Amino acid sequence: MKHRADLPILDSANRRIINMLQGGFPVSESPYQETATRIGISEDELLWRLEVMKTDQVYSRFGPLYNAEALGGAVTLAAMKVPDDDFERVTELVNAHDEVSHNYRRSPTPLNMWFVVSTEDKNGINSVLSTIEQETGLKVYNMPKQKEYFLKLKLFV
Amino acid sequence: MRDENIAMDDIDRKIISATQTGLPLVRNPYHAVAKELGLPAKTVMERMQAMVKNGIIRRIGIIPNHYKLGFKSNGMTVWDVPDEEIDRLGEAIGKLGFVSHCYQRPRHLPEWPYNLFAMVHGKTRNEVLNKAEQIGEIMGDLARAHDILFSDAILKKTGLRLPQAHNSNKE
Repeated sequence: MKHRADLPILDSANRRIINMLQGGFPVSESPYQETATRIGISEDELLWRLEVMKTDQVYSRFGPLYNAEALGGAVTLAAMKVPDDDFERVTELVNAHDEVSHNYRRSPTPLNMWFVVSTEDKNGINSVLSTIEQETGLKVYNMPKQKEYFLKLKLFV
Repeated sequence: MRDENIAMDDIDRKIISATQTGLPLVRNPYHAVAKELGLPAKTVMERMQAMVKNGIIRRIGIIPNHYKLGFKSNGMTVWDVPDEEIDRLGEAIGKLGFVSHCYQRPRHLPEWPYNLFAMVHGKTRNEVLNKAEQIGEIMGDLARAHDILFSDAILKKTGLRLPQAHNSNKE
C-alpha cells in the first residue's frame, strides 16, 4: 500500500508503540512479547508494525543507544560562518570527514553551518577541527557540551 | 582465558558492534544476537543489562524520525544566561516535554554569547516560536539575549561512530 511519502499513517497502535518504546525496552528472553502485552496487541503484530514503520522511516533505528563518551570516545558540536557563495565547497570538505556524523545549515545567524564530530578519543576532535580549518580557511567554533540537562526524548505523537 | 578484564571488554565490544545499528525484529532478539556472535544468550543479556546499569547504554528504544512524525520544524534555541543561574534554568528547561536536548556549551565572545542550548521540535515554525516563548517566560529577565536557529537543510546525517565498535571493525 502506498500513501503520501511525507505523511505515514499513524494509527493509535503505532502511536502507542512509538510513545512506549522511547526507552526501557527490556533485556529479556521475549522482550517484544512483554512490550506487546503492555500495548495490548500480539507479539506478531508488534513485530510486523515495527517492520512497516522501519520501511516507512517513521523511526531511524530501534535498539540500544550507546553512550560514545562512556566508550572512551569524544563528541562535539562545531559551527562555522560560511559565506553563501562558498557554501557548496565548504559543505563538501566538511562532509568528506567520516568523523562528521551530522551537518545542518541553520539560520538566521552568522554561524550558519553546524556539525557533530565524533572520534575515538579527545585528541581526535582537535585534529579533525584543525584539519577542517586548514582545508576551508575558515574558523571553526568548538562547542562541546559542558553539562547535559536532559537526554531522553519526550515525543508525544 | 587468563585476563578476565580483556575477555570482558572483548565480549562487550562484540555485542556493541552487533547491536549498534539496531536489534533484530525477531521473537528472541538477544538470542539472535548471541547466535550471530557464537555466545550464550544468557551472556549477551547479562552484559547488556550491565551496560544499561553503568550507563554505557543510555537507553534501549526507538529513535524516531521527527520529520516523518510531522515535527517538520526544529529550532535550536540558544540563550545567554548568567553562569551562576545556568544549572537551575537548565534543569527547568530540560523538563519541558517539547525540549529534546538541553546543554550548557561554551561562549565564543564577542561573536557567540550564548551558553545554554535547548532543542525544540514542533509541527510548524510558529509552534517552535511559541514554545521558545514559553522557555523565555521561564528565563524571565535572566536571559540577556537569545536566538532561534532553524535548520534550513540537512547537509549530512549518518549514525554516530562508536569508538569500541569501530576498533573491533578494524581487527
